Amino acid sequence: MKKINTISGLAIPLDMKDVDTDLIIPAQYLTQVTKQGYGQALFRRLCDGNPDFVFNQEKFRSGNILIAGENFGCGSSREHAVWALMEWGIEAIIANSFSDIFFANSAKNGLLLIVQPEKIIKHLLAEAGKENYILNINVDEQTITTSRQEKYSFEIDSFRKYSFTQGMDELDYLLSHMQEIEAFGRKQREQEYSTVFLGQS
Amino acid sequence: MSKNIIEKIWDAHVVSQKPDHPAIFYMDFILLHEVTSAQAFQALAERNLRVLDPKRFMATIDHAIPTRKNRHEIFDKAAASQVDRLRHNARENNILFYDFDSSHQGIVHVIGPELGATQPGMTLICGDSHTSTHGAFGALAFGVGTTEVLHVLASNCLLQNKPKTMCVKFTGKLREGVFAKDAIMKLIADIGVGGAAGYVIEYTGEAISAMSMEARMTLCNMSIECGARAGLIAPDEITYAYLKDRQFAPRGRAWEAALEYWKSLVSDTDCHYDKTVTMDLNELEAMVTWGIDPSQAIQVNESIPDIHHLPVHQQEKARQALAYTRLSEGQAMQDVCIDWCFIGSCTNSRIEDLRIAANILRGRKVHQNVTLYVVPGSEMVLKQAREEGLDKIFEDAGANFRMPGCSLCIGMNDDKVPAGKRCLSTSNRNFIGRQGPGSITHLASPATVAASAIEGKITSYLR
Repeated sequence: MKKINTISGLAIPLDMKDVDTDLIIPAQYLTQVTKQGYGQALFRRLCDGNPDFVFNQEKFRSGNILIAGENFGCGSSREHAVWALMEWGIEAIIANSFSDIFFANSAKNGLLLIVQPEKIIKHLLAEAGKENYILNINVDEQTITTSRQEKYSFEIDSFRKYSFTQGMDELDYLLSHMQEIEAFGRKQREQEYSTVFLGQS
Repeated sequence: MSKNIIEKIWDAHVVSQKPDHPAIFYMDFILLHEVTSAQAFQALAERNLRVLDPKRFMATIDHAIPTRKNRHEIFDKAAASQVDRLRHNARENNILFYDFDSSHQGIVHVIGPELGATQPGMTLICGDSHTSTHGAFGALAFGVGTTEVLHVLASNCLLQNKPKTMCVKFTGKLREGVFAKDAIMKLIADIGVGGAAGYVIEYTGEAISAMSMEARMTLCNMSIECGARAGLIAPDEITYAYLKDRQFAPRGRAWEAALEYWKSLVSDTDCHYDKTVTMDLNELEAMVTWGIDPSQAIQVNESIPDIHHLPVHQQEKARQALAYTRLSEGQAMQDVCIDWCFIGSCTNSRIEDLRIAANILRGRKVHQNVTLYVVPGSEMVLKQAREEGLDKIFEDAGANFRMPGCSLCIGMNDDKVPAGKRCLSTSNRNFIGRQGPGSITHLASPATVAASAIEGKITSYLR
């Protein structure tokens, strides 16, 4: 995982709430066994048949910071949604809330999610819609500064912040606790009622 | 100290937790299917790791497979490759795998319970958001992404933050023709698609105690649709009776020990929840969705609300929804014409669901304008349906009775609703294009779908 201390770039306004992962990457594209190849299908349902959709607009093609409404990433647990967004070029998403599963999936891939109150989201959406709205996200300082001289701060729990800024892979963290995990498993198996049973029937 | 069931299961599975860190959280049982496992096994191999505890995994094929009789001939190369890949990964890693020719193949959330593998007090994950289904047994069961599947393969654990807890108490009694599906749809309509975000729900109340295990599974299945991390129901005599003597249920002395442990999980009387919601089911009628997310739902005997009467923050989405579903404000849901009907999915494809549908379709015919797919959730359900003659009832009615799989729920295998067609479905999501590009989905219970398939339009079974 690469270290992420700052993210800068053009903001893309997606003025929608409850953007579900079926919209982000429709199921028909999930039959690949790789992590690549999803970017070209990002928001396919909305891109097809809607020329004005923000992801069809050339002026936002270089954007890397998505602004969206509440409950972003709801629905299916498909991590392909995160892969599709990142492959397209999104590095951060700012919304007033995210679905739990999408939040966890994003953290595993280095996609930075930032929560901001609804009022600020409304403002960011409006400004981004006027084009050329450049944001500078500083993870260490937990701030967002804009090309229109605005400054906002955001919350991020210390573990997630550490993971992003140090490029720490969560699996490495888990594996570094193997002894404790194996001891826990042994204790479990010693119970009269143990759930390790598959393959024994 | 008093605890609720969620807190009890949480505490029993924390391996360790440092201050300001997520817990290292132990997983008891992990289900795998072909769509969300390949990349996890690939990453495992790339990092030269092995599966820590293969005996905790159960794999099968359900999402991408065809449901026609010759389903083992997969024409879609990518889907065929996915299925082959899981076959290979399971074999290489000594993981229990139910293939096409197995009498236990089926939708992941149908086979775990029917095999007695899903048990109270377990932590259970799968790369699928409807993993919440298993909460019906008092398991803490939730969906994860593919990278977390990798984490569990390698370490048997996930990093987890302790969830907030919500009690949803269902009082009253479901009327005839009204089912668990309608109850959970009503809850989602009331609290919204993000209403339970960040929470694990415990469902309680007399209406819950009266539900069969299959009805509880339907209810818990859709917990994710109101944003909940998971949803569960404390085990009781109905749970124990269901589990007894099933294939992977404990036996003998282990059964006695298990019962004692399971009974201890029930929430303490004076326990605390971070939030409580109460809903009375006495007056509830059959529900149906009109829009593009599960919360845009009303009773079948109601009309789509006037947009101006909706809360302001729901109005824009309502407009968008009606433009997509080609319905209007004030329009009655009763008598909306349908093209396709689907009885199936991890929400409603178990034997009780098929019996309800068969009772309605017995001696009747599916409307000439309607294509009805009835897809049993597993080989075991299919076998039982045949033993009870349900397959004949469906076929005589003109329905298409198919092989077990996710089928029309997800629009990623051969089964898709054509563009522009309206489908009334017992599945769990009605997002734009969910069942196929340009398709329109309305969600309802098996009874509502069966009755509507006969009429050719949306109608409740009692009518």
